[in-house]
Amino acid sequence: MGKLQRILALAVLAISPVLQSAYAETPQEKGRAIAEETDRRDLGWGDSDVVMSMILRNAEGESSVRELRLRSLEVPERGVGDKSITVFDKPRDIEGTAFLSHTKILDPDDQWLYLPALKRVKRISSKNKSGPFVGSEFAYEDLVSQEVDRYDYTWLRDENCGEAAPTMECFVVERTPLYEHSGYTKQVSWVDKQDYQPRKTEFYDRKDALLKTLLQLDYKQYQGQYWRTHRMDMTNHQTGKSTTLTFEDYSFKVGLSEGDFEKNRLKRVR
Amino acid sequence: MSDVRSGDSAIRKAGWAAKYALWIIRWRWAVIAVSILLTLGAGFGGQFLSFSTDYRVFFSKENPQLQAFESLQRVFNKEDNISLVLQPKNGDVFQADMLAAIRNLTEESWQVPFATRVDSISNFQNSTAEEDDLIVDDLVPAESPLDAADLQRIRAAAMTEPLLRDRIISPDARTTMVNITITLPQKELTEVPEAMAHVDGLVADFRADNPNITLAITGSVALNNSFSVSAQNDMQTLIPLMYGVLLLVMAVLLRSISGTFATLLVIAFSAMTAMGLAGWLGIQLTPPSVTAPTIILTLAIADSVHVLISMFHGMRRGMSKRDALVESLRVNFQPVFLTSLTTMIGFMSLNFSDAPPFRDLGNITAMGVGAAWFFSIAFLPALMAVLPVRIKPREEHESVAMERLAEFVIRRRGPIMIGTLALVAGLVAFIPKIELNDQFVKYFDKSIQFRNDTDWATDNLSGIYQAQWSIPAAESGGISDPDYLRRLEDFTQFLRARGEVVHVLTLTDIFKRLNKNMHGDDPDWYKLPDERDLAAQYLLLFEMSLPFGLDLNNQVNVDKSAVRVIATLENITTNELRALDEEASAWLQDHFPSAAETRASGPFVMFAYIAKRNIEGMLTGTFFAFLLISATLTIALRSMKLGAISLAPNLVPAAMAFGIWGLTVGEVGMASSVVTATSLGIIVDATVHFLSKYRRARVERGEDAEDAVRYAFSTVGTALWVTTAILVAGFAVLSLSTFKINGSMGMLTAITLVMAIIIDFLLLPAMLLFLDGRRKDRDAGQAPIAQAAE
Repeated sequence: MGKLQRILALAVLAISPVLQSAYAETPQEKGRAIAEETDRRDLGWGDSDVVMSMILRNAEGESSVRELRLRSLEVPERGVGDKSITVFDKPRDIEGTAFLSHTKILDPDDQWLYLPALKRVKRISSKNKSGPFVGSEFAYEDLVSQEVDRYDYTWLRDENCGEAAPTMECFVVERTPLYEHSGYTKQVSWVDKQDYQPRKTEFYDRKDALLKTLLQLDYKQYQGQYWRTHRMDMTNHQTGKSTTLTFEDYSFKVGLSEGDFEKNRLKRVR
Repeated sequence: MSDVRSGDSAIRKAGWAAKYALWIIRWRWAVIAVSILLTLGAGFGGQFLSFSTDYRVFFSKENPQLQAFESLQRVFNKEDNISLVLQPKNGDVFQADMLAAIRNLTEESWQVPFATRVDSISNFQNSTAEEDDLIVDDLVPAESPLDAADLQRIRAAAMTEPLLRDRIISPDARTTMVNITITLPQKELTEVPEAMAHVDGLVADFRADNPNITLAITGSVALNNSFSVSAQNDMQTLIPLMYGVLLLVMAVLLRSISGTFATLLVIAFSAMTAMGLAGWLGIQLTPPSVTAPTIILTLAIADSVHVLISMFHGMRRGMSKRDALVESLRVNFQPVFLTSLTTMIGFMSLNFSDAPPFRDLGNITAMGVGAAWFFSIAFLPALMAVLPVRIKPREEHESVAMERLAEFVIRRRGPIMIGTLALVAGLVAFIPKIELNDQFVKYFDKSIQFRNDTDWATDNLSGIYQAQWSIPAAESGGISDPDYLRRLEDFTQFLRARGEVVHVLTLTDIFKRLNKNMHGDDPDWYKLPDERDLAAQYLLLFEMSLPFGLDLNNQVNVDKSAVRVIATLENITTNELRALDEEASAWLQDHFPSAAETRASGPFVMFAYIAKRNIEGMLTGTFFAFLLISATLTIALRSMKLGAISLAPNLVPAAMAFGIWGLTVGEVGMASSVVTATSLGIIVDATVHFLSKYRRARVERGEDAEDAVRYAFSTVGTALWVTTAILVAGFAVLSLSTFKINGSMGMLTAITLVMAIIIDFLLLPAMLLFLDGRRKDRDAGQAPIAQAAE
C-alpha cells in the first residue's frame, strides 16, 4: 500500500464513518485501516515511564509477584520500532536487572540484559521473542509496541466488545504475524469503535488452536489523547496458568532521549 | 414342631413355585414378548457406551497418589507425551540426512493436536558464549550446513549434555527421540485418538520418506490409546470365542437344538441387558470392564443349564414336557435364586475396589447375573414351553461315577480330610511367594503395538517408567539459593548413583552450563553459581532467550520456589520403584530440610501403589461379601451348623489358587485384589447346591449323614462338575485377553473354581460326615428338626 493511498484511506476514515462504510474496501483493507487508525491516534506520545506489577498464577492457585518499571521512547520513523527499558525491582534477587530492547519491524529485535550480579551487559540472541517473559503467560512479543507493519490484517465482523468493555461496540480483526519466529499463527483482536483501543485479544498457537486470551482493562486517557490500559489479564487455556499485569499512572514526556536507550547506559539505570 | 410341619412348609413353597411355573407356561407368549422388549429397552443404552482413553481411570478420585500427581501437574504443567524413538538402520544419529529428518519431524510434531511442547536433539536450546554474548539457539537450526564440521559440533554438544544423553540420545549415539508433550484438556474421549491418529499419519509419511530409519511410538498418550485398542480387541475376539465355546459346551451337554437355542438367547439377552444398562448409567468401558459380557455369558449359562438338565432328566424318566418343566422350576427356583444372589453379592463387593474399572466390572456383571436369573426362570421356561423338545426316555449313567465317588469319600473320610487339609496347607505356604507387580507396559501382550514399540524403545534408548519429585525451596524465589542448589545437586547425584536410574532431568545442569557460558565457555566454570543473585539473574537471562514452548515452566514453578526433578528408570518392577521412593524419601528427610516431606510422584508411582491400595479396599469388600454370603447360606439352609461348615469350602479355594499362583507364576498385579471376592460368589453356588440337597435328604427324607452325602452326590454331583467345567472354560477364555490384568483374573478364577470342586467333592462331604454325622446313632432324625427350627 503506497503512501498516497494510506493518506487517502486515513482521510476517508477521519472524515466520516458513513463514507467509510460506503467506501468499497476489502476485509483486508478494512482490517489494516483499523490498525492504522489505532496507530494514528497514538502518535506523538514521545516518551513515558510507568511502574508495573505482575502477578503470576498457576492452575494449583499458587501465585507470585514481580515488580518492574518500563521506560519507553517513541521513534517517529515508521520503518523503525520504539525503544524500551524494563528494570526489575522485585523479587530482590533480580533487583536492578535491566532489559533494553530496540524493536524492529520484521527483523529480530536488538536486546540486551544487564546483570548487576555479574556487572555485565549481555546481548540476547533474540530470534526468540515468543518465549514467556520472566516465566509469565506474556510472551515478549505480546508486550512490545504493536507496530502496524508487523502483521497482515483481516477485518472479520463488528460486535459488542464483550467482557472487557460490555458497553462498547468493537471491530473484530484477525492479524497474522509477518515476522519470523512468532509463537502464533494468528491473533484475533477486539478493537473498540470509539477510541480504537484493543480490548481483548485471542492468541492461536502453531497448530491454530486457541492458546491464550488477553483482556485489556481500566483504560485511562492521558494528555487528552493517549489511551493506556492499566490492567492486562492473560489466561493460558492450555495450561490453566494466568498472569495479571497492572500499571500505576503513566508519566509522559519525562525527558528521555535516544541516549538513554543505549546499551552502555544500562549499568546506570536505576 | 415336627417333621410334618417342616414338610408342610416345603410343600407350600413347592406349591408356590409350581403355581408360578404353570403361570409362566400359560402366559408364555406374553412372557417372551415382555422379555424381548425389556432386553431391547435396556440394550438401547448400548449406544451410549464408549471406550475410555486415559490411564487415570484406574485411580479413584480419592487415590492419594493420583491427587499428589494432579497437584504437581497443576503447579508445573499437565503433561502426557508421545515419544517417537528413531534409529537409523546403519550408523549413528549424527549423519546429515538423519539430522535433517529429525529436524523436519520435530517441526511437524508441533502440529499434533494438543501438543504444547516438542523436544528433540534438533531443537534442544543450546547455550554458548560468543565474546560477551549469550547465544541460545537450536542445536540443529534450520540454516545448519550439516557438513563434517557442523556434525562434529552437534555430536560433541549432544553427547556431553546431561539433559540429552540417556534421555534424548543413547550413549552409543545410535538412537534418539522426538518427544511430544501433549496437554490433554480431558473434556472429550476423542482427544487421545485424535492426537494418535495425527501422529500415525505423521509417522506413516516419515517412514515412507525415510525407509532407512526405524521408528517406534511410545509415551503415555500411546499408553492411553492402547487401553481402548486392547478393550476393543478383546470385545471383538473374546466375546465371539466365548459364544463358540459355550455353544460347543451346550451342544455336548444338552444334546438338544431347542435347548441350545433357548440358552443362547438367555445368555445373549443377559449380556445385552447388562451392557445396555451400563450405557444408560454412563459407564465408560475399560479393559477390565469389557470382560463383563464374557463373564456374564459364562455365569448366565449355569442357570439355564440347571433348569434344562432337570427338565430333560424328567423327560428321560418318562415325564411329559410340561410336567418336566414344572418339576424343574419347582426344584430349581430357590437354588437358582440363591446362587444368583450370592454371585451378585460377590461382584458388587468390587465397589470396595479403589480402581473404578473394577467397580464397573462388578456392577455390570451383577446386573448381568440379575438379568440372567430373570431370563432363566421366566423367559427360558416360556420359550421351552413353545419350542418342540424331543428327548427319548433312557437310562442315565453319569451318576454311577458320582455314586462311586460318594462311596469312596464315605469309606476314606479320615485320610481324605487329612489329605485335603495337608494339600491346602501346602499350597497356602506358597502365597508369600507372590510378588505384586504393576508394570503397566506389561499389561499389554505382544499383539498390541504399544507393547512392542515400548519394549524396543526401552532396550535402545530409555524407558517409559519415570518418577518425579517436586523439590520445594524454603522461600519464594528460593531455588536460586546456593544452599538449595547444592542440595538439589546432591539429590541428583544420589539418584544418578542408583543402578535403576537411567537419566535425571534437573535444573542444576542448566545452571552449570550457564555459569560456564557466562565465563567464556571455560570448562572450569562448569559448576553451580555461588551467589543467589547471580543464579537468579542467569535464570532470568536464560528464560528471556527461550522460544515458544521450550520454556522452563515445566521444571520451575511460577514462584521460583520449587523445581521438578524427573528420573527416567530402567525396566524395574513396581516393588523396586517403591523401594526407590522409600530410599529417596529417607535421603530427602536426612539431607534436604525444605523437601523433607517430598515423595515421588507420576503415573508409574501411581501404579506402584495401586495393587496394595486395591487389596486394602478389597479386604473390606471381600469380608463384607463373605459375611453376606455366609448369612444368606445360613438363612437358606436354615442351619447355623451347615452355614458354619460352608465357610471352609467357600474360603479355602481362593487361598489354594493363590498358593498355586505363587508356586508357578509368582507375579501378579492389581487383578489379584478382586479374584477372592468374585470367585467367592461363584464357588459358593456349588456349596449351595450340595448342601441344599444334603439338607433335603436329612430333613425331608430323614436320612443319616452318609445317605445324605450319597443323595447329594447322586442328585447334583454331575451338574456341579459340568457347571464347573463350563465356568472354568469361560474364565480360561479370559486368559486369552490382550490385557494381562484380565488374563490373570481369568486364570486365577479358573484355578479357584477347579480347587472349589475338589474341595466340594472331598473336604466338604468329609467335614459333613465328621461334624454332622456323629450324632446319627444317638438322635437321628432330631438334628434336622432342630436345624429346621433355627
